[in-house]
Amino acid sequence: MHMPDLLTTEEYKVDLEVFEGPLDLLLYLIKKDEVDIYDIPIGRITTQYMEYLDLMKILNLEIAGDFIVMAATLMVIKSRLLLPDEDRGPVEEDDEDDPRWDLVRQLVEYKKFKDVAGFLGQLEEIQENVFSREGEHVELGARPEIGMTDVSIFDLISALNQALDRAPKEELNEIFAEQFSVSEKVDYLLETTKNGNPLTLGRLFRGMRSRQEIVCTFLAVLELMKLNRLAARQDNHFGEIVIEQIEGSGPEPVLEENEPS
Amino acid sequence: MSNIEVLPELKQIIGSLLFAAKKPLTSKELRKVLADAGSSYGGPYEQFAGIKEDEIIAALGELTSELAHGSSGLCIAEVAHGYRLQNEINCGPWVRTLLDKDKNARLSKPALETLAIIAYRQPILRSEIESVRGVAVDQVLRNLVEMQLVKVVARSDLPGRPWLFGTTQRFLEHFGLRSLDEMPGMEELKRMEKPERTKTFPAMEKELEESLNNQAPNDEGDSNDEISEPE
Repeated sequence: MHMPDLLTTEEYKVDLEVFEGPLDLLLYLIKKDEVDIYDIPIGRITTQYMEYLDLMKILNLEIAGDFIVMAATLMVIKSRLLLPDEDRGPVEEDDEDDPRWDLVRQLVEYKKFKDVAGFLGQLEEIQENVFSREGEHVELGARPEIGMTDVSIFDLISALNQALDRAPKEELNEIFAEQFSVSEKVDYLLETTKNGNPLTLGRLFRGMRSRQEIVCTFLAVLELMKLNRLAARQDNHFGEIVIEQIEGSGPEPVLEENEPS
Repeated sequence: MSNIEVLPELKQIIGSLLFAAKKPLTSKELRKVLADAGSSYGGPYEQFAGIKEDEIIAALGELTSELAHGSSGLCIAEVAHGYRLQNEINCGPWVRTLLDKDKNARLSKPALETLAIIAYRQPILRSEIESVRGVAVDQVLRNLVEMQLVKVVARSDLPGRPWLFGTTQRFLEHFGLRSLDEMPGMEELKRMEKPERTKTFPAMEKELEESLNNQAPNDEGDSNDEISEPE
Protein backbone atom coordinates (compact mmCIF):
# COMPACT_ATOMS: atom_id res chain seq x y z
CA MET A 1 0.00 0.00 0.00
CA HIS A 2 1.44 3.33 -0.97
CA MET A 3 -0.21 6.64 -0.29
CA PRO A 4 2.29 9.38 0.29
CA ASP A 5 1.31 12.92 1.17
CA LEU A 6 -2.24 12.00 1.87
CA LEU A 7 -2.12 14.21 4.89
CA THR A 8 0.04 17.21 5.16
CA THR A 9 3.01 16.13 7.17
CA GLU A 10 2.85 17.14 10.82
CA GLU A 11 -0.75 18.12 10.36
CA TYR A 12 -2.02 15.60 12.78
CA LYS A 13 -0.20 13.26 15.07
CA VAL A 14 -1.87 10.89 17.46
CA ASP A 15 0.32 9.71 20.26
CA LEU A 16 0.21 5.95 20.20
CA GLU A 17 1.56 5.49 23.69
CA VAL A 18 -1.92 6.05 24.98
CA PHE A 19 -3.03 3.26 22.70
CA GLU A 20 -1.09 0.07 22.30
CA GLY A 21 2.26 -1.36 21.28
CA PRO A 22 3.79 -3.85 18.86
CA LEU A 23 3.15 -6.85 21.10
CA ASP A 24 -0.52 -5.91 21.20
CA LEU A 25 -0.56 -5.81 17.44
CA LEU A 26 1.05 -9.26 17.19
CA LEU A 27 -1.38 -10.74 19.70
CA TYR A 28 -4.21 -9.12 17.80
CA LEU A 29 -3.08 -10.65 14.50
CA ILE A 30 -2.57 -14.06 16.10
CA LYS A 31 -6.04 -13.97 17.61
CA LYS A 32 -7.62 -12.65 14.46
CA ASP A 33 -6.14 -15.44 12.37
CA GLU A 34 -6.76 -18.02 15.07
CA VAL A 35 -3.23 -19.32 14.79
CA ASP A 36 -1.42 -21.23 17.50
CA ILE A 37 0.75 -18.86 19.47
CA TYR A 38 3.37 -21.61 19.86
CA ASP A 39 3.50 -22.20 16.13
CA ILE A 40 3.23 -18.77 14.55
CA PRO A 41 3.29 -18.70 10.74
CA ILE A 42 5.98 -16.05 10.73
CA GLY A 43 5.77 -15.27 7.02
CA ARG A 44 2.07 -14.52 7.07
CA ILE A 45 2.12 -12.66 10.35
CA THR A 46 5.08 -10.55 9.24
CA THR A 47 3.27 -9.55 6.07
CA GLN A 48 0.19 -8.55 8.00
CA TYR A 49 2.26 -6.73 10.57
CA MET A 50 3.90 -4.68 7.84
CA GLU A 51 0.51 -3.87 6.34
CA TYR A 52 -0.70 -2.46 9.62
CA LEU A 53 2.51 -0.53 10.01
CA ASP A 54 1.96 1.02 6.59
CA LEU A 55 -1.54 2.03 7.56
CA MET A 56 -0.28 3.56 10.74
CA LYS A 57 2.26 5.52 8.76
CA ILE A 58 -0.48 6.81 6.50
CA LEU A 59 -2.36 7.90 9.58
CA ASN A 60 0.74 9.68 10.74
CA LEU A 61 0.47 7.91 14.05
CA GLU A 62 3.39 8.50 16.33
CA ILE A 63 4.64 4.93 16.09
CA ALA A 64 8.30 5.09 15.46
CA GLY A 65 10.81 3.07 17.42
CA ASP A 66 9.06 0.21 19.14
CA PHE A 67 7.05 -0.89 16.12
CA ILE A 68 10.05 -0.65 13.84
CA VAL A 69 12.20 -2.71 16.20
CA MET A 70 9.56 -5.43 16.21
CA ALA A 71 9.38 -5.35 12.43
CA ALA A 72 13.13 -5.91 12.34
CA THR A 73 12.84 -8.77 14.83
CA LEU A 74 10.18 -10.42 12.69
CA MET A 75 12.39 -10.09 9.62
CA VAL A 76 15.32 -11.67 11.43
CA ILE A 77 13.20 -14.59 12.59
CA LYS A 78 11.76 -15.00 9.14
CA SER A 79 15.19 -15.08 7.54
CA ARG A 80 16.53 -17.52 10.12
CA LEU A 81 13.61 -19.82 9.43
CA LEU A 82 14.63 -19.79 5.80
CA LEU A 83 18.02 -21.27 6.65
CA PRO A 84 18.38 -24.96 5.80
CA ASP A 85 17.46 -27.27 8.65
CA GLU A 86 20.95 -28.55 9.38
CA ASP A 87 22.08 -25.01 10.09
CA ARG A 88 19.74 -24.52 12.97
CA GLY A 89 18.87 -27.95 14.29
CA PRO A 90 15.56 -29.76 14.33
CA VAL A 91 12.74 -27.41 15.22
CA GLU A 92 10.27 -29.86 16.70
CA GLU A 93 12.75 -31.60 18.94
CA ASP A 94 14.20 -28.61 20.64
CA ASP A 95 12.13 -25.50 21.08
CA GLU A 96 15.14 -23.52 22.24
CA ASP A 97 16.56 -23.71 18.74
CA ASP A 98 13.44 -22.36 17.13
CA PRO A 99 14.21 -18.76 16.18
CA ARG A 100 10.64 -17.88 17.10
CA TRP A 101 11.03 -19.04 20.66
CA ASP A 102 12.16 -15.77 22.29
CA LEU A 103 9.30 -13.94 20.70
CA VAL A 104 6.79 -16.61 21.68
CA ARG A 105 7.98 -16.50 25.25
CA GLN A 106 7.67 -12.73 25.31
CA LEU A 107 4.19 -12.86 23.82
CA VAL A 108 2.97 -15.52 26.22
CA GLU A 109 4.34 -13.61 29.17
CA TYR A 110 2.86 -10.35 27.98
CA LYS A 111 -0.49 -12.03 27.37
CA LYS A 112 -0.59 -13.11 30.99
CA PHE A 113 -0.03 -9.58 32.17
CA LYS A 114 -2.70 -8.37 29.79
CA ASP A 115 -5.11 -10.83 31.35
CA VAL A 116 -4.24 -9.56 34.80
CA ALA A 117 -4.77 -6.02 33.55
CA GLY A 118 -8.25 -7.11 32.51
CA PHE A 119 -8.81 -8.51 35.97
CA LEU A 120 -7.70 -5.21 37.52
CA GLY A 121 -10.04 -3.38 35.18
CA GLN A 122 -12.95 -5.45 36.45
CA LEU A 123 -11.97 -4.78 40.04
CA GLU A 124 -11.77 -1.09 39.30
CA GLU A 125 -15.25 -1.17 37.84
CA ILE A 126 -16.57 -2.80 41.00
CA GLN A 127 -14.70 -0.37 43.21
CA GLU A 128 -16.30 2.54 41.41
CA ASN A 129 -19.38 1.69 43.41
CA VAL A 130 -17.57 1.43 46.70
CA PHE A 131 -17.07 4.42 48.92
CA SER A 132 -15.72 4.86 52.38
CA ARG A 133 -14.55 7.92 54.21
CA GLU A 134 -12.69 10.28 51.95
CA GLY A 135 -9.14 9.67 50.90
CA GLU A 136 -9.59 6.26 49.37
CA HIS A 137 -10.52 7.20 45.87
CA VAL A 138 -7.78 7.91 43.44
CA GLU A 139 -8.56 11.08 41.59
CA LEU A 140 -8.05 10.26 37.98
CA GLY A 141 -8.83 13.83 37.09
CA ALA A 142 -9.39 15.06 33.59
CA ARG A 143 -6.45 13.19 32.19
CA PRO A 144 -7.35 12.00 28.71
CA GLU A 145 -8.46 8.44 29.19
CA ILE A 146 -9.37 6.36 26.22
CA GLY A 147 -13.04 5.55 26.23
CA MET A 148 -12.63 2.19 24.63
CA THR A 149 -14.72 -0.52 26.09
CA ASP A 150 -13.56 -3.48 24.10
CA VAL A 151 -12.15 -2.06 20.94
CA SER A 152 -8.41 -1.96 20.44
CA ILE A 153 -6.68 0.49 18.16
CA PHE A 154 -6.07 -2.42 15.80
CA ASP A 155 -9.76 -3.17 15.49
CA LEU A 156 -10.17 0.43 14.47
CA ILE A 157 -7.34 0.29 11.97
CA SER A 158 -8.83 -2.90 10.63
CA ALA A 159 -12.10 -1.08 10.02
CA LEU A 160 -10.20 1.70 8.31
CA ASN A 161 -8.45 -0.82 6.11
CA GLN A 162 -11.76 -2.25 4.98
CA ALA A 163 -13.12 1.17 4.22
CA LEU A 164 -10.03 2.06 2.21
CA ASP A 165 -10.29 -1.19 0.30
CA ARG A 166 -13.83 -0.36 -0.67
CA ALA A 167 -13.01 3.15 -1.72
CA PRO A 168 -12.53 3.45 -5.46
CA LYS A 169 -9.02 3.88 -6.73
CA GLU A 170 -8.35 7.55 -7.11
CA GLU A 171 -7.99 9.15 -10.44
CA LEU A 172 -5.24 11.67 -10.71
CA ASN A 173 -7.55 14.50 -11.65
CA GLU A 174 -9.66 13.93 -8.56
CA ILE A 175 -6.94 14.61 -6.08
CA PHE A 176 -7.58 18.30 -5.83
CA ALA A 177 -11.29 18.02 -6.26
CA GLU A 178 -12.17 18.13 -2.58
CA GLN A 179 -10.27 18.90 0.55
CA PHE A 180 -11.22 17.61 3.93
CA SER A 181 -9.86 18.50 7.31
CA VAL A 182 -9.84 16.62 10.56
CA SER A 183 -11.43 19.45 12.50
CA GLU A 184 -14.27 19.57 10.01
CA LYS A 185 -14.82 15.87 10.56
CA VAL A 186 -14.68 16.34 14.33
CA ASP A 187 -17.60 18.74 14.07
CA TYR A 188 -19.42 16.37 11.77
CA LEU A 189 -18.96 13.43 14.16
CA LEU A 190 -20.13 15.36 17.19
CA GLU A 191 -23.17 16.54 15.27
CA THR A 192 -24.04 13.07 13.97
CA THR A 193 -23.65 11.28 17.29
CA LYS A 194 -25.36 13.83 19.50
CA ASN A 195 -28.39 12.88 21.58
CA GLY A 196 -26.95 9.44 22.15
CA ASN A 197 -27.15 8.48 18.51
CA PRO A 198 -24.90 5.46 17.98
CA LEU A 199 -23.13 5.08 14.68
CA THR A 200 -21.34 2.11 13.19
CA LEU A 201 -17.99 2.72 11.56
CA GLY A 202 -19.21 0.87 8.50
CA ARG A 203 -22.06 3.30 8.08
CA LEU A 204 -19.82 6.24 8.80
CA PHE A 205 -17.39 5.38 6.02
CA ARG A 206 -20.04 4.28 3.56
CA GLY A 207 -20.54 6.77 0.81
CA MET A 208 -17.17 8.37 1.33
CA ARG A 209 -15.47 8.27 -2.01
CA SER A 210 -12.10 9.74 -1.34
CA ARG A 211 -9.41 8.08 0.66
CA GLN A 212 -8.44 11.40 2.12
CA GLU A 213 -11.94 11.86 3.47
CA ILE A 214 -11.87 8.40 5.06
CA VAL A 215 -8.51 8.98 6.69
CA CYS A 216 -9.53 12.41 7.99
CA THR A 217 -12.69 10.96 9.44
CA PHE A 218 -10.76 8.15 11.06
CA LEU A 219 -8.30 10.56 12.65
CA ALA A 220 -11.22 12.59 13.93
CA VAL A 221 -12.61 9.47 15.59
CA LEU A 222 -9.25 8.76 17.24
CA GLU A 223 -8.91 12.33 18.41
CA LEU A 224 -12.39 12.38 19.93
CA MET A 225 -11.70 9.10 21.69
CA LYS A 226 -8.50 10.53 23.07
CA LEU A 227 -10.43 13.51 24.34
CA ASN A 228 -12.92 11.13 25.88
CA ARG A 229 -15.78 12.53 23.84
CA LEU A 230 -16.45 9.33 21.94
CA ALA A 231 -16.43 5.72 23.04
CA ALA A 232 -16.09 2.78 20.70
CA ARG A 233 -17.42 -0.65 21.46
CA GLN A 234 -17.73 -3.92 19.71
CA ASP A 235 -20.28 -6.52 20.67
CA ASN A 236 -18.25 -9.47 19.57
CA HIS A 237 -14.67 -10.00 18.53
CA PHE A 238 -13.95 -8.65 15.08
CA GLY A 239 -17.58 -7.57 14.78
CA GLU A 240 -18.97 -4.22 13.74
CA ILE A 241 -17.60 -1.27 15.71
CA VAL A 242 -20.07 1.21 17.13
CA ILE A 243 -19.11 4.70 18.23
CA GLU A 244 -21.11 6.71 20.70
CA GLN A 245 -20.80 10.13 22.21
CA ILE A 246 -20.02 10.12 25.89
CA GLU A 247 -22.69 12.08 27.64
CA GLY A 248 -21.82 15.30 29.38
CA SER A 249 -18.28 14.98 28.18
CA GLY A 250 -17.58 18.64 28.21
CA PRO A 251 -17.29 21.59 25.89
CA GLU A 252 -15.91 21.76 22.42
CA PRO A 253 -12.60 19.96 22.17
CA VAL A 254 -9.51 22.03 21.80
CA LEU A 255 -7.80 20.96 18.66
CA GLU A 256 -4.29 21.90 17.84
CA GLU A 257 -4.18 21.83 14.15
CA ASN A 258 -1.52 23.47 12.11
CA GLU A 259 -3.26 24.74 9.10
CA PRO A 260 -0.99 24.52 6.11
CA SER A 261 -0.55 28.11 5.08
CA MET B 1 -21.62 14.38 80.81
CA SER B 2 -18.01 13.27 80.80
CA ASN B 3 -18.80 9.87 82.21
CA ILE B 4 -20.80 7.22 80.47
CA GLU B 5 -23.05 4.89 82.42
CA VAL B 6 -22.77 1.82 80.24
CA LEU B 7 -19.58 0.88 78.46
CA PRO B 8 -20.03 -0.08 74.82
CA GLU B 9 -19.17 -3.51 73.58
CA LEU B 10 -15.87 -4.08 71.86
CA LYS B 11 -17.52 -4.45 68.45
CA GLN B 12 -19.32 -1.13 68.88
CA ILE B 13 -16.04 0.61 69.57
CA ILE B 14 -14.44 -1.04 66.58
CA GLY B 15 -17.39 -0.07 64.40
CA SER B 16 -17.06 3.56 65.36
CA LEU B 17 -13.32 3.49 64.81
CA LEU B 18 -13.75 2.11 61.31
CA PHE B 19 -16.36 4.77 60.64
CA ALA B 20 -14.03 7.55 61.73
CA ALA B 21 -10.89 6.25 60.02
CA LYS B 22 -9.89 7.67 56.70
CA LYS B 23 -7.96 4.59 55.68
CA PRO B 24 -8.28 0.86 56.28
CA LEU B 25 -7.30 -0.05 59.86
CA THR B 26 -5.31 -3.14 60.76
CA SER B 27 -6.06 -5.17 63.86
CA LYS B 28 -2.73 -3.91 65.25
CA GLU B 29 -3.78 -0.31 64.81
CA LEU B 30 -7.12 -1.04 66.46
CA ARG B 31 -5.36 -2.62 69.41
CA LYS B 32 -3.08 0.37 69.75
CA VAL B 33 -6.02 2.78 69.86
CA LEU B 34 -7.69 0.67 72.53
CA ALA B 35 -4.50 0.65 74.59
CA ASP B 36 -3.90 4.40 74.16
CA ALA B 37 -7.49 5.29 75.02
CA GLY B 38 -7.21 3.14 78.13
CA SER B 39 -4.13 4.92 79.36
CA SER B 40 -5.33 8.43 78.57
CA TYR B 41 -8.87 8.09 79.93
CA GLY B 42 -8.16 5.59 82.69
CA GLY B 43 -10.82 4.04 84.91
CA PRO B 44 -13.39 1.90 83.10
CA TYR B 45 -11.78 2.68 79.77
CA GLU B 46 -8.82 0.55 80.71
CA GLN B 47 -11.07 -2.44 80.37
CA PHE B 48 -10.25 -2.72 76.67
CA ALA B 49 -6.63 -1.64 76.97
CA GLY B 50 -5.18 -5.12 77.24
CA ILE B 51 -7.28 -6.68 74.56
CA LYS B 52 -5.60 -9.23 72.29
CA GLU B 53 -5.53 -9.16 68.54
CA ASP B 54 -7.52 -12.35 68.09
CA GLU B 55 -10.30 -10.92 70.27
CA ILE B 56 -10.36 -7.90 68.02
CA ILE B 57 -10.51 -10.10 64.96
CA ALA B 58 -13.37 -12.08 66.50
CA ALA B 59 -15.25 -8.84 67.24
CA LEU B 60 -14.63 -7.69 63.67
CA GLY B 61 -16.11 -10.95 62.45
CA GLU B 62 -19.25 -10.44 64.55
CA LEU B 63 -19.60 -6.88 63.39
CA THR B 64 -19.14 -7.90 59.78
CA SER B 65 -21.90 -10.47 59.88
CA GLU B 66 -24.25 -8.22 61.85
CA LEU B 67 -23.80 -5.47 59.29
CA ALA B 68 -24.36 -7.95 56.50
CA HIS B 69 -27.68 -8.98 58.03
CA GLY B 70 -28.68 -5.57 59.30
CA SER B 71 -29.69 -3.93 56.02
CA SER B 72 -27.76 -0.82 56.94
CA GLY B 73 -26.29 -0.30 53.48
CA LEU B 74 -22.86 -0.66 55.03
CA CYS B 75 -20.36 -3.48 55.14
CA ILE B 76 -16.83 -4.19 56.29
CA ALA B 77 -14.28 -5.18 53.70
CA GLU B 78 -10.72 -6.36 54.06
CA VAL B 79 -8.63 -4.02 51.97
CA ALA B 80 -4.93 -3.23 51.85
CA HIS B 81 -4.08 -5.41 54.86
CA GLY B 82 -6.74 -3.70 56.96
CA TYR B 83 -10.47 -3.34 57.54
CA ARG B 84 -12.62 -0.70 55.95
CA LEU B 85 -16.20 0.37 56.52
CA GLN B 86 -17.83 1.02 53.17
CA ASN B 87 -21.18 1.12 51.44
CA GLU B 88 -22.82 -1.95 49.93
CA ILE B 89 -21.82 -2.16 46.29
CA ASN B 90 -25.39 -2.08 44.97
CA CYS B 91 -25.93 1.29 46.66
CA GLY B 92 -22.98 2.73 44.73
CA PRO B 93 -24.84 4.72 42.07
CA TRP B 94 -26.61 6.82 44.70
CA VAL B 95 -23.43 7.53 46.60
CA ARG B 96 -21.74 8.40 43.35
CA THR B 97 -24.48 10.85 42.53
CA LEU B 98 -24.19 12.42 45.95
CA LEU B 99 -20.43 12.80 45.67
CA ASP B 100 -20.65 13.80 42.03
CA LYS B 101 -18.04 11.32 40.86
CA ASP B 102 -17.30 11.14 37.18
CA LYS B 103 -18.15 7.63 36.17
CA ASN B 104 -15.94 7.68 33.10
CA ALA B 105 -12.71 8.21 34.90
CA ARG B 106 -11.03 4.87 34.63
CA LEU B 107 -7.45 3.85 34.12
CA SER B 108 -6.44 3.24 30.53
CA LYS B 109 -5.40 -0.18 29.27
CA PRO B 110 -1.71 0.71 29.13
CA ALA B 111 -1.95 2.02 32.69
CA LEU B 112 -3.57 -1.20 33.92
CA GLU B 113 -0.99 -3.34 32.15
CA THR B 114 1.87 -1.33 33.57
CA LEU B 115 0.36 -1.63 37.03
CA ALA B 116 -0.03 -5.39 36.63
CA ILE B 117 3.61 -5.79 35.66
CA ILE B 118 4.82 -3.64 38.54
CA ALA B 119 2.58 -5.47 41.01
CA TYR B 120 4.11 -8.84 40.18
CA ARG B 121 7.67 -7.88 39.52
CA GLN B 122 8.39 -5.19 42.07
CA PRO B 123 10.86 -3.74 42.70
CA ILE B 124 11.23 -3.21 38.99
CA LEU B 125 13.12 -0.90 36.67
CA ARG B 126 11.39 1.14 34.03
CA SER B 127 13.44 -0.64 31.37
CA GLU B 128 12.19 -3.99 32.63
CA ILE B 129 8.57 -2.87 32.38
CA GLU B 130 9.31 -1.70 28.87
CA SER B 131 10.80 -5.01 27.84
CA VAL B 132 7.67 -6.84 28.96
CA ARG B 133 5.30 -4.41 27.30
CA GLY B 134 7.45 -3.77 24.26
CA VAL B 135 6.74 -0.04 24.35
CA ALA B 136 7.97 3.03 26.16
CA VAL B 137 6.12 3.54 29.43
CA ASP B 138 7.55 6.88 30.42
CA GLN B 139 4.34 8.89 30.39
CA VAL B 140 2.16 6.11 31.74
CA LEU B 141 4.54 5.53 34.64
CA ARG B 142 4.70 9.22 35.40
CA ASN B 143 0.92 9.38 35.60
CA LEU B 144 0.76 6.34 37.88
CA VAL B 145 3.30 7.89 40.23
CA GLU B 146 1.33 11.12 40.20
CA MET B 147 -1.81 9.22 41.14
CA GLN B 148 0.16 7.56 43.93
CA LEU B 149 -0.63 4.09 42.68
CA VAL B 150 3.07 3.52 42.10
CA LYS B 151 6.09 4.86 43.93
CA VAL B 152 9.85 4.78 43.77
CA VAL B 153 10.99 2.20 46.29
CA ALA B 154 14.76 2.28 45.78
CA ARG B 155 17.55 2.86 43.32
CA SER B 156 19.34 0.01 41.70
CA ASP B 157 23.10 -0.47 41.65
CA LEU B 158 23.17 -0.43 37.89
CA PRO B 159 25.03 2.32 36.05
CA GLY B 160 23.11 5.56 36.37
CA ARG B 161 21.42 4.16 39.46
CA PRO B 162 17.95 4.04 37.90
CA TRP B 163 14.82 4.03 40.03
CA LEU B 164 13.05 0.87 41.07
CA PHE B 165 9.28 1.06 41.20
CA GLY B 166 6.70 -0.67 43.34
CA THR B 167 2.99 -0.46 44.05
CA THR B 168 1.57 1.54 46.94
CA GLN B 169 -0.98 0.99 49.68
CA ARG B 170 -3.22 3.14 47.57
CA PHE B 171 -2.97 0.66 44.73
CA LEU B 172 -4.50 -2.03 46.95
CA GLU B 173 -7.19 0.38 48.10
CA HIS B 174 -8.06 1.50 44.59
CA PHE B 175 -8.70 -2.06 43.45
CA GLY B 176 -10.15 -3.24 46.74
CA LEU B 177 -7.44 -5.87 47.19
CA ARG B 178 -6.60 -7.22 50.62
CA SER B 179 -3.03 -7.91 49.61
CA LEU B 180 -0.99 -8.61 46.50
CA ASP B 181 -1.52 -12.32 47.07
CA GLU B 182 -5.11 -11.83 45.99
CA MET B 183 -3.98 -11.22 42.45
CA PRO B 184 -4.32 -14.25 40.19
CA GLY B 185 -1.28 -16.44 39.51
CA MET B 186 0.96 -14.40 41.80
CA GLU B 187 3.49 -17.18 42.29
CA GLU B 188 3.77 -18.04 38.63
CA LEU B 189 4.04 -14.50 37.33
CA LYS B 190 6.30 -13.16 40.04
CA ARG B 191 9.48 -14.28 38.36
CA MET B 192 9.12 -16.33 35.26
CA GLU B 193 12.79 -15.85 34.78
CA LYS B 194 15.05 -13.98 37.08
CA PRO B 195 16.68 -10.95 35.56
CA GLU B 196 20.43 -10.68 35.76
CA ARG B 197 20.49 -7.86 38.22
CA THR B 198 19.35 -10.32 40.90
CA LYS B 199 23.02 -10.49 41.79
CA THR B 200 22.79 -7.09 43.34
CA PHE B 201 19.69 -7.84 45.34
CA PRO B 202 21.28 -7.97 48.80
CA ALA B 203 22.86 -4.60 48.22
CA MET B 204 19.55 -3.27 47.00
CA GLU B 205 17.65 -4.52 49.99
CA LYS B 206 20.17 -3.03 52.31
CA GLU B 207 19.82 0.30 50.59
CA LEU B 208 16.05 0.09 50.69
CA GLU B 209 16.23 -0.56 54.40
CA GLU B 210 18.55 2.34 54.92
CA SER B 211 16.41 4.70 52.92
CA LEU B 212 13.37 3.62 54.90
CA ASN B 213 15.19 4.20 58.16
CA ASN B 214 16.23 7.63 57.04
CA GLN B 215 12.67 8.64 56.42
CA ALA B 216 10.21 10.00 58.91
CA PRO B 217 9.09 7.49 61.57
CA ASN B 218 5.75 6.81 59.86
CA ASP B 219 7.06 5.00 56.84
CA GLU B 220 3.97 5.46 54.74
CA GLY B 221 4.43 9.19 54.45
CA ASP B 222 4.32 10.99 51.17
CA SER B 223 7.91 10.70 50.12
CA ASN B 224 6.85 11.60 46.64
CA ASP B 225 8.77 14.77 46.29
CA GLU B 226 11.68 13.17 44.53
CA ILE B 227 9.93 11.56 41.68
CA SER B 228 11.64 13.10 38.74
CA GLU B 229 13.64 10.63 36.79
CA PRO B 230 17.44 10.80 37.09
CA GLU B 231 19.28 11.56 33.91
